[in-house]
Amino acid sequence: MTAHALSDTGTLTGRSLRHILRSPDTIITTAITPIALLLLFVYVLGGAINTGTGESYINYMLPGILLITIASGIAYTAYRLFLDMQGGIFERFQSMPISRPSVLWAHVLTSLIANLASLVIVIGVALIMGFRTGASVVDWLAAAGILILFTLALSWIAVMPGLTAKTIDGASGFSYPLIFLPFISSAFVPTDSMPGPVAWFAENQPVTSIVNTLRALFAQEPVGNDLWIALGWCVGLLVVAYLGATAIYRKKIS
Amino acid sequence: MTTTAREPAIRVQAITKSFKDLHVLQGVDFDVAAGSIFALLGSNGAGKTTLVRILSTLLKADSGTATVQGFDVSSAPADVRKSISLTGQFAAVDEVLTGRENLILIAKLRHLKDPGTIADDLLARFSLTDAGNRKAGTYSGGMRRRLDIAMSLVGNPPVVFLDEPTTGLDPQARIEVWQTVKQLAEGGTTILLTTQYLDEAEQLADRIAILHKGTIIQNGTLAELKQLLPAAKVEYIEKQPSLEDVFLALVGETSDTADQPATPAGEESR
Repeated sequence: MTAHALSDTGTLTGRSLRHILRSPDTIITTAITPIALLLLFVYVLGGAINTGTGESYINYMLPGILLITIASGIAYTAYRLFLDMQGGIFERFQSMPISRPSVLWAHVLTSLIANLASLVIVIGVALIMGFRTGASVVDWLAAAGILILFTLALSWIAVMPGLTAKTIDGASGFSYPLIFLPFISSAFVPTDSMPGPVAWFAENQPVTSIVNTLRALFAQEPVGNDLWIALGWCVGLLVVAYLGATAIYRKKIS
Repeated sequence: MTTTAREPAIRVQAITKSFKDLHVLQGVDFDVAAGSIFALLGSNGAGKTTLVRILSTLLKADSGTATVQGFDVSSAPADVRKSISLTGQFAAVDEVLTGRENLILIAKLRHLKDPGTIADDLLARFSLTDAGNRKAGTYSGGMRRRLDIAMSLVGNPPVVFLDEPTTGLDPQARIEVWQTVKQLAEGGTTILLTTQYLDEAEQLADRIAILHKGTIIQNGTLAELKQLLPAAKVEYIEKQPSLEDVFLALVGETSDTADQPATPAGEESR
């Protein structure tokens, strides 16, 4: 069975990518909220926010917006998986001699590709609005690597409600807290302006270290410890979510 | 049929399955001879679908054993999956993909060579060639069901499970499905079909088992089942055309299945 794991995953990923190509609105709606937030924060609120750094506000807040983009994009990952579970197609796949993990991997890889497409759109709009970076190719690759890890971790988290939800709202509703998380982080304002407990939460949740790392990469500053904390969070979340999702899946199909 | 010497294609022994306090299957036994059509007859909720899900490795039985083509469904599920295909109650087609893409998808997942040719052959066989490049979501109920069955036949699995294959179909589409099932069996495929329509079992099945309250209460050929009741008495009844005869006669000329007009409905005098 494992001999076909790669080709089965490829075939099934091709299938769900075709779904996205035939209704590209999911990629665009994923990008719309982050773009609206970009406009709001840069042109309405940003003028009154003092980040304490010399850089432009859009440079400061783009990393957080990118994470919000991913958090809203994975709602569709859960949604697509949920639809497969509802129709008979999931059972058809399960009754066929295919590698069983490939069904989930196909959804996760599709999620990754769709989210990267949304990220490209958001970064494009940010460039038009004045985002500038002197980041080298290596810096960009590092930033992309972290965004990919974060997307994979959140996609595996999304698999869990996708497999277990009873309704469409349940399948996608889990993403709201994730979308909200960057607001209580260093994404939009420096954490030292927050009251004690909030600042403590903000400094010790995954988004802050990821945002700080991305911001440092784009600003060509030393990333320092934040990189390792960010990597630790991404890999840790990825492993835990993967194990949780596959455990649910195994229970579901056995 | 010369199946006496061969091992049964499907063997079900003392299968039980409960969902919490609901004892759906309470010791089900039957064999299905290779190359035959076996109908599992029962009302809604009798446990037909549960049994099909167990045989197609989607669900584990609480106790008992079941083998398909000699492979145990719980200890060798991968081998069972290579031998079977399942057409469930809800047409399991991908509505976003075209009919042709659906067939190619299944052919690729079965790791067959030349998926495109396989897809085109099946489209032709199921009169879907013209609709092959349309999204399956735009198909009528009958077309969708035909595509569903065509997808099940990709790779010619020796055992086919059809769970209520004609539920929700109009009379013509039903007859088309029946013809398909008969052709399959003539080609040597073993078919287990569940149905709640008595005439469907009567039309198609070599053997009929009645599943009621979690057990098989009767299992035999149509003739054997008929003998359970007192011998037929001869009465003369004016033969009225059934509404189905009328319907098929009226719409039959315009349908694309003119190769076999409505013969099945004529022989129901007792």
